[in-house]
Amino acid sequence: MAKITELQVNGARCPIEADEATPLLVVLRDQLGLTGAKYGCGEGQCGACTVLLDSNPRHSCNTPVGKAAGHSITTIEGLAANGRLHPLQQAFLDSGAFQCAYCTSGMILTAAALLRVNPHPSEDEVRRFMNGNVCRCGTYPRIVEAILGAAETMAKNKS
Amino acid sequence: MANCKYDWPEAKDRKLIGKRISRIDGHEKASGRARYTFDMNPGNLLFGKILRSPYAHAKIKSVDTSEAEKLPGVVSVVVMKPVGKEPQPEIQWAGDEIAAVAATREEIAEDAIRKIKVEYDPLPFFVNEEDLSQAEGHTKPAVTEKKGDPEKAFQDPDVVTSEGYYGVPVITHCCLETHGHVVDWPDSKSLRVYASTQGVSAIGGQFADPLEIRADDVNIICNYVGGGFGSKFAVDTWGIAAAKLSKSAGGKPVKLLLERDHELLVAGARPSAFAKVRVAAKKDGTLVAWDSESWGTGGMGGSGVPPIPYPFHDKFPNFSRKHTFVSTNIGPSRAWRAPNHPQACLITMGAIDDLAAKLNMDPVELLMKNADLAPDPTLAKYYREELEVAAKLADWHKNWHPRPDKTAGTVKRGLGVSLHTWGGNPHAGNCAVSIHPDGSVEVKLGSQDLGTGTRTVIAIVVAETLGLPVDAVKVTIGDSKYPPDGPSGGSTTVGGVSGSTRRGAVNARDAFFAAIAPALGAKPEDLEAVDWHVRVKGNAAKTLTWKQACAKLGVKSIEATGAQKPRYTTEEQKTECVLNSGGVGGVQIADVSVDTETGIVRMNRMVAAQDCGLIIDLKTAESQVHGALIMGVCYALYEEKIMDRQTGRMLNPNMEFYKLAGIGDVGELVVHMMTGPGYDERGVIGLGEPPVISPGAAISNAVANAIGVRVPTLPLTPDKVLAAIEKGGMA
Repeated sequence: MAKITELQVNGARCPIEADEATPLLVVLRDQLGLTGAKYGCGEGQCGACTVLLDSNPRHSCNTPVGKAAGHSITTIEGLAANGRLHPLQQAFLDSGAFQCAYCTSGMILTAAALLRVNPHPSEDEVRRFMNGNVCRCGTYPRIVEAILGAAETMAKNKS
Repeated sequence: MANCKYDWPEAKDRKLIGKRISRIDGHEKASGRARYTFDMNPGNLLFGKILRSPYAHAKIKSVDTSEAEKLPGVVSVVVMKPVGKEPQPEIQWAGDEIAAVAATREEIAEDAIRKIKVEYDPLPFFVNEEDLSQAEGHTKPAVTEKKGDPEKAFQDPDVVTSEGYYGVPVITHCCLETHGHVVDWPDSKSLRVYASTQGVSAIGGQFADPLEIRADDVNIICNYVGGGFGSKFAVDTWGIAAAKLSKSAGGKPVKLLLERDHELLVAGARPSAFAKVRVAAKKDGTLVAWDSESWGTGGMGGSGVPPIPYPFHDKFPNFSRKHTFVSTNIGPSRAWRAPNHPQACLITMGAIDDLAAKLNMDPVELLMKNADLAPDPTLAKYYREELEVAAKLADWHKNWHPRPDKTAGTVKRGLGVSLHTWGGNPHAGNCAVSIHPDGSVEVKLGSQDLGTGTRTVIAIVVAETLGLPVDAVKVTIGDSKYPPDGPSGGSTTVGGVSGSTRRGAVNARDAFFAAIAPALGAKPEDLEAVDWHVRVKGNAAKTLTWKQACAKLGVKSIEATGAQKPRYTTEEQKTECVLNSGGVGGVQIADVSVDTETGIVRMNRMVAAQDCGLIIDLKTAESQVHGALIMGVCYALYEEKIMDRQTGRMLNPNMEFYKLAGIGDVGELVVHMMTGPGYDERGVIGLGEPPVISPGAAISNAVANAIGVRVPTLPLTPDKVLAAIEKGGMA
């Protein structure tokens, strides 16, 4: 089995050592110390492990690290810039869009992917796009509120 | 009101309490930096894995770990059942733990458990309890209770009787962070445990006997926990196994957290409850008689008893009930938010709703009429007010119709109502509050924040008491070396931590005033702390900023403590004051659409009117109710631990087939917290349990309202909805 020796994570080249079939989640968490992505279900059903691969949301628990090598990977740790929270992170904080927050990294990164392709989503579009991310504590209404709020903030920041 | 020194500030003086305040740990959570037990990766980490029984019932004849031990990278192995002794250990559910392995890499540990050889002697098992006629030999009478003369009441020609069958299957907790620990031995006598737990101060002792150490040599640490819901009060066999693995590995850290399938198999289940019910009322809707025969399972150990008829119980004029425990090989049950109440609520509120339909009565009107059957008059008053608020928010009088929805089309809309109660008295606990010469303030408790907002509540109480902004208070929890606090369960935490920290902060403030009063040329009792300043009451000239005032302490910090006792005598209440109580009400209304061709139930809206005494943080309180409503939608529409009659195993131990609601499945949620005069005077009361009690009943009633017939058991899956329609709905 081929060995993977480097990943492109949060804008930096990170040396790693893993068989190509190792889940990306395991490498991020256990080798690179990026524990923001969580193990929830191990089979792409809950979304807690979501990271961005070339800006697209991927379940890192069932993405082999071999498939991620050579692509740009963004984890929750890479979203804040210059010590300032990303507008989505700030909106989640302000709206109170988490309780235990174990799902939050995956929620925020999935939302980031949505706002990249659809900067002004309707409430319904948010609900549909986010439906694969499970929050067991049940903070959905505020997650929708936070994403819509962040979309507004990001539009203002651009203009 | 006469002032008792710890009393909550009057409404007009509250700067923070009752406002919508963001979580103080929100930055950590939003940035992904909050570290959960699963995120602890100390150096030299070993990975633990567990071998589990494939059989639901079997004797273990032998366990041979020799091949596993030889595997390179395996560091330690423990057998978790007393094999080799008579009588042979017996497995009572599939998924029970046999042996554990620690290895340098996760995959090696996985390979190793496959090399363990176990000889089983399979035995007959029983895993399906709904059909009681098949449960012979597995039942045990639990409760028989009678009041008045129900049979005579049912025979009264002037009463209307409704008969029905209602039920809730076993469901699981499905915490997103699975159960488990990261364990090491800093020295041969001390154990350090990062635990995903609801009881930081409470669980250390569980390691003492099995590891032959002192309870106070166990340090429990838990800064963030990814959900508990009642399932994380024990260290469990796998916690003990992790500690033993670490010990035989020379104290190296061992990480042993469950995989998702194991989590769903063994780490949390809510007992089922099924009931055949007769309930009768006078033609004007006055409830007069109840009779039920109910049963349920919580695994081998039976289950709790649902407190039916709920919440009226012995206020019901005439009632009789019989409950039977059914023993099954499905795995043990655990406390699940509001133990026994959601089941009791579905059974009772479902039956009463069917009776209302038979009486041609609006169920809100029927509940309003019978509100005095509430356990006490305060609750009766709350129910009336909450019924009114919820009905208004759901636009009940416009949207509700008698069964079924007679409008054209195949999608039918319905509304359903339910009410509930819960205690929520405080747990006992302690805190230490420090005011330092540099102006910093810290409060320490051996408590935990399950995501409910405990940290934030503590900060608000201390900040309010000391006249500070919330972020000026450092809250340190999540470690058993801090003053012990109770476990978080049964909606006891907010009352417990707010009681201890209010007393601790008042004690700290008084000691602080005594220390600095001379510098201000005033008496301590003339000082007040307001808006980040300390000043002499009524003398603006004598004002110091908080920092200036703290600097007057010189080099000596103020150290004070506060406690919340489990209860206070009337005499003690005079000095310790009454800061909390228990016994809340709540009303919920569900608004659903049912596709009568597919059987799919869609949530349009859930409305909750909920009281919980004095609210500390309205923002996190509302979030608790949102969460409860969503968990309610989950168990009403999707959740069931499905057991296979043939193999005795759970068929859906994964999140593909153990379905939870997504963001698009829950509809609109409308939450109204009952606050202000008449509510706040009761002090702080817990909120975690009550709003999760009614959703199942309200949603089931809404579906019955839409299609004209009861779908007897939850979850209200399409197959059951279609079967109910075929049997007699839409008439």
